[in-house]
Amino acid sequence: MTSVPEAPVPAKVQLSRVVLNQADIDRALTRIAHEILESNKGSQDLVLLGIPRRGYPLAVRLAAKIAAADPAVDPAAIVGQLDVTMFRDDLSHQPTRPPYPTQLPSTGIDNKVVVLIDDVLYSGRTIRAALDAITDLGRPRIVRLAVLIDRGHRELPIRADHVGKNLPTSSAEKVRVRLEETDSAVSGENSGGAVNEVVIEATA
Amino acid sequence: MKHLLGTEDLSYANAIRILDTAEEMAAVGEREVKKLPALRGRTVVNLFFEDSTRTRISFEAAAKRLSADVINFAAKGSSVSKGESLKDTAQTLAAMGADAVVIRHWASGAPHRLAATDWIDAAVINAGDGTHEHPTQALLDAFTMRRHWSRLAGSPSAGADLKGMRVAIAGDVLHSRVARSNVWLLRTLGAEVTLVAPPTLLPVGVEEWPCTVSYDLDETLARGVDAMMMLRVQGERMNASFFPSTREYSRRWGFDDNRLRALDSLGLKDTIIMHPGPMNRGLEISSAAADSPRSTVLAQVRNGVSIRMAALYLLLSGDTREPATPTAAYSKESH
Repeated sequence: MTSVPEAPVPAKVQLSRVVLNQADIDRALTRIAHEILESNKGSQDLVLLGIPRRGYPLAVRLAAKIAAADPAVDPAAIVGQLDVTMFRDDLSHQPTRPPYPTQLPSTGIDNKVVVLIDDVLYSGRTIRAALDAITDLGRPRIVRLAVLIDRGHRELPIRADHVGKNLPTSSAEKVRVRLEETDSAVSGENSGGAVNEVVIEATA
Repeated sequence: MKHLLGTEDLSYANAIRILDTAEEMAAVGEREVKKLPALRGRTVVNLFFEDSTRTRISFEAAAKRLSADVINFAAKGSSVSKGESLKDTAQTLAAMGADAVVIRHWASGAPHRLAATDWIDAAVINAGDGTHEHPTQALLDAFTMRRHWSRLAGSPSAGADLKGMRVAIAGDVLHSRVARSNVWLLRTLGAEVTLVAPPTLLPVGVEEWPCTVSYDLDETLARGVDAMMMLRVQGERMNASFFPSTREYSRRWGFDDNRLRALDSLGLKDTIIMHPGPMNRGLEISSAAADSPRSTVLAQVRNGVSIRMAALYLLLSGDTREPATPTAAYSKESH
């Protein structure tokens, strides 16, 4: 028996590049908040639903910015969280995902203008699941979509109404959104501290 | 986690995961559309070799709320009464493509046998085997206690356990799979359990269990109890004279009106009274106790559906069927 010599495997190098820092994220959210108010012609009937995990903190931040622009708005009263785990189309192909809570504003979503909020728009499958989840909860007048990052590679006919930044990526790359509400810095002198950034990770 | 066979070897992390998932499932029961598409196209077989109303209906409701197809199989009126073995029954179900088997059997260990052999390649959920285990009942009891315990502490129940809670379980421990499953699960979750029963209704070796044993219900109540669980006197298993008369049992070990009043005079205003059902009113629990605001009997039934939804979801939603295809497209959590 002879052993076949293995081809030399190139060492995997993690390349990561920060594409949005804290100030960039803040500016993008401020612009989205004003776009939401503009396209809705005011704050009438607005409900912001964040998709766990990172969509919810973004929704909370957006609500605060909308309230800053329109003092008539109570930010806590228009934000909710929408869990889509049970509506995904990949449940039987993925490790079990524990569901997150769904919390709607006390006004409900019937006849409201619902803005779905997520961190990264990629295949569009999460948003499809979210649309199904909304159908089971009520009947909004309009559903819009706001995302911090649109990285392309859609697999469904879904597009975002408000985009923080369009990022052309290869599907081999990973886009990581880190927010201080859900994450802590993984490296650097700030390791373990608060972090707000969007990073592209590539293995070369 | 591939099967749910008992609580004795259920880890703390898995127990909390089931309870937390059940918390989200309970929210579905309050919605207008009480249905989730999570288990669409999956088949759940209820295989019941022993009579049951609430457990079977509860599993059926849970599976249907998750959009699974349900096949009910009762031993009465089936080929089992013609002498078919468990193996042949299981292989028949496997040939029909069952994804999960919910089994209740009069023989202790039957679900373990089903899970350990290659008769059927499906998730096995124990819905009560002989006098051994009844894990979903223990989980729904723990869920009910956890909601009560966190409401008292003023904290959210998700992620919490039962550390420091004093639970007394009184009645027919000898024949009760509910007592066994509860003792093991409550130990895992950090509660202190006291079993109260006449010596004749305690199993041999009970001193090895992770709990204290008492023969005196009043003394146990006087020492303070946060949850009082009464067990059903199992008339169908009373094949020897375990106690002289039902009146004596009711007076010494039943939760009667005097003991209900005693809770108030002992200052135990937050103690809940639990019963897994079906109740023998007037024997182990008086009507006043069963219908009092302390009673959680109906909440337990309601929580049972949530717990069983959580168990079915966690056992059936993973990549159990086929190896996951390496599609990069939806590899990240929330895209």
